[in-house]
Amino acid sequence: MTNQVKAPAAAANAAPQKKKKIASLDRRKARAGWLFVLPFLIGLVIIYIPILWESIQYSFFNYKVVDDITYKTFAGFEHYSSALFGEADFAQSLLTGLKEMAFDIPAILIFSLFVAVILNQKMVGRAAFRAIFFLPVVVSTGMMESIMTASYGAAGEGMDLGMEAGAAEKLASVMALEQLLSRIFESLGFGLGLVEYIASAVAGISDIINRSGVQILIFLAALQSISPAIYESCQIDGATSWETFWKITFPMVSPMILVNAVYTIIDSFTTDSNSVMKVINNAYLGAGGIKNPANISAAMGWMYFLVVLLIVGAVAGIFSAYVFYQRRD
Amino acid sequence: MTQNMDNKPQVKRESKNKIRVEFERTDLKERLKAKYLSAYFLKNVVWYIFRLLLLIGIAFVVLKPFYTIIMQSFMAAEDFIDSTVVQVPRHFSAIIYKAIIVDLEYFNFFFQTLALSLGCALLQTFSCALIGYGLAKFKFRGAKAVFFLVVLTLAIPHGTMQSAIFYRFRHFDILGILTFFSGGARTGIGWLDGILSKITILPFIDGVSTIRSVVPLLLLSATGLAFKNGLYIFMLRQFFRGVPDELEESAYLDGANTFRTFLQVILPLSVPMMITVFLFAFCWQWTDDFYIPLFFTGDQPSLMTYIARFGEIPKSLTVLYTNVTHSSGDYKKAIEYGCGLMACAPLIILYLFCQKFLVQGIERSGITG
Repeated sequence: MTNQVKAPAAAANAAPQKKKKIASLDRRKARAGWLFVLPFLIGLVIIYIPILWESIQYSFFNYKVVDDITYKTFAGFEHYSSALFGEADFAQSLLTGLKEMAFDIPAILIFSLFVAVILNQKMVGRAAFRAIFFLPVVVSTGMMESIMTASYGAAGEGMDLGMEAGAAEKLASVMALEQLLSRIFESLGFGLGLVEYIASAVAGISDIINRSGVQILIFLAALQSISPAIYESCQIDGATSWETFWKITFPMVSPMILVNAVYTIIDSFTTDSNSVMKVINNAYLGAGGIKNPANISAAMGWMYFLVVLLIVGAVAGIFSAYVFYQRRD
Repeated sequence: MTQNMDNKPQVKRESKNKIRVEFERTDLKERLKAKYLSAYFLKNVVWYIFRLLLLIGIAFVVLKPFYTIIMQSFMAAEDFIDSTVVQVPRHFSAIIYKAIIVDLEYFNFFFQTLALSLGCALLQTFSCALIGYGLAKFKFRGAKAVFFLVVLTLAIPHGTMQSAIFYRFRHFDILGILTFFSGGARTGIGWLDGILSKITILPFIDGVSTIRSVVPLLLLSATGLAFKNGLYIFMLRQFFRGVPDELEESAYLDGANTFRTFLQVILPLSVPMMITVFLFAFCWQWTDDFYIPLFFTGDQPSLMTYIARFGEIPKSLTVLYTNVTHSSGDYKKAIEYGCGLMACAPLIILYLFCQKFLVQGIERSGITG
């Protein structure tokens, strides 16, 4: 590492007759680049790729331990088909998971952009509100989530502990809310689908709030990087704040909408509270009398990962067509 | 007040570089009317109130669970039987906290978790900074591929590979070298296996078991593969891309090599960003409930994960607990929440002190492209 820069020069002085090629600056910088990413590459080679390989093998092979020696037999797509059509309700939960995602992700994106725009305005107590809104980023991962979801059972109403009223009572209040909302929106002439969407978004608001901390943070950073001069000139030209939002703010943060969409998809797919992840975890623990739990959960994991990758790719492809970049370099 | 008889500005006082002039002013009443009875002002007021209500509402949703937990955890046992007690405890008692601190050896848990989280978070911050810097500032063939792999590690849920991760660290090995030198290599060809199994330089026939120690976590942290490290690498890469190249070039001219430049020039100026990443890493390691149960299977080290996860009933509470539970399960819940709250309390305190870095760091990261 230390002699990366000096060594070639020294070599050039000492032994020019060897015709050793002096590495160009680019070459040397490239080498330094490899050295910087070396920790990751080492991890990839000795930990990550073996894990992936192991996991793929689990999903394609049968293991049998006889006299302390493990025998592998190729099982083809047996585990995959039993994961899809077997005892575990994987296919079913995958569909519900996708539906949940199609519902949650727009809600989270819209909500976080909205809150970020508001938190970006000057007002009394802005710092306090920011502190409160990002609290879930710090606290609601991992164990807090497991406590809160555990208290509401596996069905998982998200994390709204706030309603300590009985489940039935809560359901009633949610239904009343939904009815009220749908009446309002129907009278405004919206479609039934949209009404249902908004009603359930309102019902699950605490879940959405708790999951959009990082997204708000990223949007806020994007908003802060927009030059105030642009807004000023808009104001002088007489644009309303509504117009300013759609003509200036929205295009300027659109790259971050892409980033946030991808992040949200990955995040909501990989949290343990996701219904598909629950099924996979249960399969791993061998719940429900599943044979070969490790193999089937690995097969599920790989199918799931492929689905996630496809969706991320599709969303990134669609969004990036509409993203506006201020400068291209 | 001077009299302005002729409706002209009147010079009141004049000095070398200052002049004070009195104009005829509109009536106060008129001015107030113009200011406060306009549509513009009305719109602003309505928006202000709406915004405030909305923010308070959201803040309420975020804080309500904490409020409920805190209130319930201060209730005495008899409050759980009394159905008239709903939110605010009638008999204050800190007995749950006392039990958690004394019976569950809270401070023992605290310091062990602190040591582990601090170690992992520092390692993660440093290695992610290295990797992010390498990806941001050096153009080498394959840089894009490496970056793609980083994103891939973020996208593959570790939860789906539990068994493989466990197996990997149960039989830890470096490219099969350790097993090879211990005679554990298998090729499937009979005579070759016979020869290979005679090599016994090292005793690790099954690889080294790193399970039930912190080694797997430290290894994952040092190589930027731990929980959400892909995100940190991404953030730091974006940040370092925004650092002007001239800084490094001048350091090179002064004779510093790349690594020294990184340590002495780049790192000091990226402190807010590093703190942001460190905060994320620290908090997410502290509340981790995936890797710790996976790597410590069958063993319960004194880590916060276990305080919160299983909500054990502290010994001194069992008598009270059995008196209460037959009428309501709320007491158990209150104890569990108390445990969870105590587990997260250090994080909340840390967050209150550092939260401004969180926004600052991301603002300066130029994540926004």
